[in-house]
Amino acid sequence: MQKTYYDPADLKKFGKISEWNEELGSKFFDYYNSVFKEGKLSEREKSLIALAVAHTIQCPYCIDAYTGDGLQRGITKEEMMEALHVAAAIRGGASLVHGVQMMNKVNKLEM
Amino acid sequence: MIKSLHKRNSELANSNKQVEFLSNGIFKGGELDTFNNKIAETNQFPLRPKKLEILQINLGYMCNQVCEHCHVDAGPDRKEIMTKETMLQCLDVIKSTQAHTLDLTGGAPEMNPNFRWFVDEASKAGIKDFIVRSNLTILRANKKYYDLPEFFKNHNIHIISSMPHWTKGKTDKQRGSGVFDKSIKALEELNSVGYGMPNSKLKLDLVYNPSGAFLPGNQVALEKDFKKAMNDDFGIQFHNLFAITNLPISRFLDYLIASENYEDYMYALVEAYNSEAVKNVMCTNTISVSWDGFLYDCDFNQMLELPVSSKVKHISKYNEEQLQNRNIITSQHCYGCTAGAGSSCQGNIIPA
Repeated sequence: MQKTYYDPADLKKFGKISEWNEELGSKFFDYYNSVFKEGKLSEREKSLIALAVAHTIQCPYCIDAYTGDGLQRGITKEEMMEALHVAAAIRGGASLVHGVQMMNKVNKLEM
Repeated sequence: MIKSLHKRNSELANSNKQVEFLSNGIFKGGELDTFNNKIAETNQFPLRPKKLEILQINLGYMCNQVCEHCHVDAGPDRKEIMTKETMLQCLDVIKSTQAHTLDLTGGAPEMNPNFRWFVDEASKAGIKDFIVRSNLTILRANKKYYDLPEFFKNHNIHIISSMPHWTKGKTDKQRGSGVFDKSIKALEELNSVGYGMPNSKLKLDLVYNPSGAFLPGNQVALEKDFKKAMNDDFGIQFHNLFAITNLPISRFLDYLIASENYEDYMYALVEAYNSEAVKNVMCTNTISVSWDGFLYDCDFNQMLELPVSSKVKHISKYNEEQLQNRNIITSQHCYGCTAGAGSSCQGNIIPA
């Protein structure tokens, strides 16, 4: 029996998702590939966004994929870490900003 | 400074051991297709030469650097240097070859004591594109090399130099401490005599190869980033960037094994295999000559000591027509040249 829920080898099998639903799988991968093409944002910028999001959603496959992708694009580890701090700041900020709700409630209830 | 595999008496200093390693494991068990089986799927086995375009001559394995990924296992301790006698034999061939490109490599070819004489003589043959692969730091290693940019200019030499990244950290990690600063200084010198400048006929190209167990990204995008960073940070200009895949041989193979990246790297190469790249892989238009005058299908086969499959094995017996009839020797390391857009000493095989 597999001892962990995640197996790094499964990342290579991502494309097999289409085997059980060709139409939706194909649509997803077409969309996915289009998203990462150069547009108003460069492919490099999109790779860094993907890396930051990967950490936010804590997807080990995505972290693997976009760390490798960044290295291939010549993105430095300093740039990668800066992108992660953006993700961490937004994530931390998202918790903290709810403090305003807490403060509002306290202010409303306390004499 | 790290030491060459030879200096370390590493098992992998023996090229037979490398070939053996690459033929076993995941390839022997059938987990991955051998290269020969893979190209046979598209009826491309055995690989055959096309018109000869490039004559690549290795002037010796001695180098002032010891780069972590070096496929030559070059370094200051390597004493294999081409003699003047072999150079004379090479000159005979250079005068009569149909190849339009002469490509001098090493080690650091400039360290060969007869380098300037050889360049002088070879340039008289009037070959269209005369390349010297310079590691850049040699141009600043000693005062006796300081005038090389002028020397190159006077002989209309096309310079191709390695530059793994536009940042000091990544470059020094792969090529040794202090290499980045010296390389920048050398590039400034080359720019100052006209090399790499827009519209200049003095060609200066850079080679990017990944500093780790991953494949190079898109060559066009990397060139754009390199050009911007080199110009913004240092005011340096160059013409083209060639993105070259690291082949799993010599010191890079040693690194892959030691870092436990070997299998993943081979999987990545095989997954990125592109049968279109096979059609124009560089061994189909190149002959590689070793420091001692033996002939190989490419520089990588030279390092693996896999000589041409021909009766003509040495420059002294060179016969272009006969060499054209050979089969090219291929093995698992060749996956490095057929990944993605393909990789050669001139960068991508398939243009963007």
